[in-house]
Amino acid sequence: MTSVASTTAKRLRMPGFSTIVLIIGLVFLYLPMFILVVYSFNASRLVTVWAGFSTKWYLELFQDEQLMGAVWTSLRIAFYTASMAVVLGTISAFVLDRFGKFRGRTAFDSMLTAPLVMPDVITGLSLLLLFVTMADVLGWPMERGMLTIWIAHVTFSTAYVAVVVGSRLREVDRSIEEAAMDLGATPLRTFFLITIPTIAPALAAGWLLAFTLSLDDLVIASFVSGPGSTTLPMVVFSSVRLGISPKINAMATLMILAVSLAAFVGWWFMRRSERERRASLARFG
Amino acid sequence: MFNSLTKGASAPERVDALRAQWGRRLVLGVPYFWLLLFFLVPFMIVAKISFATAEIAIPPYSAIVEYVDEVLTFNLNMGNYLFLADDEMYLEAYLTSIRLALVATFFCLMLGYPMAYAMARASGRQQSFLLMLVLLPSWTSFLIRIYAWMGILKNNGLLNNLLIWCGLIDQPLQILNTNIAVYIGIVYAYLPFMVLPIYANLTQLDKSLLEAANDLGCRPWQTFFRVTLPLSKGGIIAGCMLVFIPAVGEYVIPELLGGPESLMIGKVLWQEFFNNRDWPLASALAMIMLLILCLPIAFFNRQQAKQLEVSL
Repeated sequence: MTSVASTTAKRLRMPGFSTIVLIIGLVFLYLPMFILVVYSFNASRLVTVWAGFSTKWYLELFQDEQLMGAVWTSLRIAFYTASMAVVLGTISAFVLDRFGKFRGRTAFDSMLTAPLVMPDVITGLSLLLLFVTMADVLGWPMERGMLTIWIAHVTFSTAYVAVVVGSRLREVDRSIEEAAMDLGATPLRTFFLITIPTIAPALAAGWLLAFTLSLDDLVIASFVSGPGSTTLPMVVFSSVRLGISPKINAMATLMILAVSLAAFVGWWFMRRSERERRASLARFG
Repeated sequence: MFNSLTKGASAPERVDALRAQWGRRLVLGVPYFWLLLFFLVPFMIVAKISFATAEIAIPPYSAIVEYVDEVLTFNLNMGNYLFLADDEMYLEAYLTSIRLALVATFFCLMLGYPMAYAMARASGRQQSFLLMLVLLPSWTSFLIRIYAWMGILKNNGLLNNLLIWCGLIDQPLQILNTNIAVYIGIVYAYLPFMVLPIYANLTQLDKSLLEAANDLGCRPWQTFFRVTLPLSKGGIIAGCMLVFIPAVGEYVIPELLGGPESLMIGKVLWQEFFNNRDWPLASALAMIMLLILCLPIAFFNRQQAKQLEVSL
């Protein structure tokens, strides 16, 4: 029986074509980043000529005060954005999953999915015009800066967090929540004591996603920022527009390193917990 | 629980039910209010300002509604839209954006589908690793990844040097600052967004259907085209929308990789806004872009993030 199934499975497999494309695709995705990393150690200013190993661009990077200031600004905005987006996104996902039908659900649904695809120039322009109008009518916000960038970033990353958290919420076994409620816990208590711990990995993933989205955004931030709140992508963009710069390569390398490290650690933890789950299933199941 | 609001319930029960209902409203109200204020209202303001006239002032546009000397006047200026319709450059920019985005989406699908297919076919542990490999680039800076291609594609860049060294060409090819570079940029930047929903869809595919097709005498390629491909339609649509819609409004890629021929609407809007400081015209450009995109966006909303859910 098993041998029949396995031969069927073997015959069903598409001849290596898709595997070859997968390998080509992965090379396509990684080769440019690999080249960036290699050339960040190039002694020559010219990106195309290799002139020996050097780490001088890294030194220069850390001495660039404008760039370092922008890094700090961006990291702070990303931190606050991710924290707020997780709160709003979790509530939104919870509402969509558990509240059933309510008036205005369709509108809520589309306001939560449209930001996933809305072109940045439209979002940026519309938010800027909102802030200008609000300043005109309400007298707030008087100055555009970190606060307005934060609001803009929260608005679009909430949608992503809602997708991540929503997919986890649907898998959760609701009987534990129901048991807690039957034993007299209020909905609020149940949410914080049962639901939140069960979806914690999704909250972490959503937080990280919102953090990277905020750190990465150039267009929206350019629209809604004010003087004195220059984010990292804005500095990088103005320097890249003038051409290739080894300093940017050095920064890219550090960024790729940080992200890959975080991703591998996350993947490793996920795999371990999966293995433990499977082991306990085998023991008791 | 909410049925206890009806007459027969005792007083404490009704208080509890009322509290639960208000709790619900409060919980729903926070994200609803935020999205309404910061996502929907801004579009109405863009619509309003697209009917204003550019002025040298702060803010740089005229008021639509004025109340002067007991006279209420509405100044609806159609000029921006007429100007857009009159100048062929804008029409050209819209068409170029749509064409470039369509072609890039097509190539993305051609590359992304087989990748997703191979991933869905891999064993469980490989799957999670491959998924991470595909997603990892999208967590690093978008700007940096586009920048990487500048160094590869330019006239004395790595690709041209490689081709000359191989003896395939004598003169460097002009690739950077052409539409080809824009295609490469869009496919490169948006590939994970194509792979993800298709992969999510393919992993949910009922394997017994494939076995049935096989048992009934379908050849592997027949099974693929007649069973797998039609069943993964949802993933394909979601992936294409996730690439096409943002690509139409793309600014960074045509700015850094494109040339004069790749005049995309996002770039035109940016220039009108930042260089010419013509906010009303930029608003009109955004409104028309929104009008073009509202059908695909509605389509995407319906297909929904459902395709995305499995793993983002």
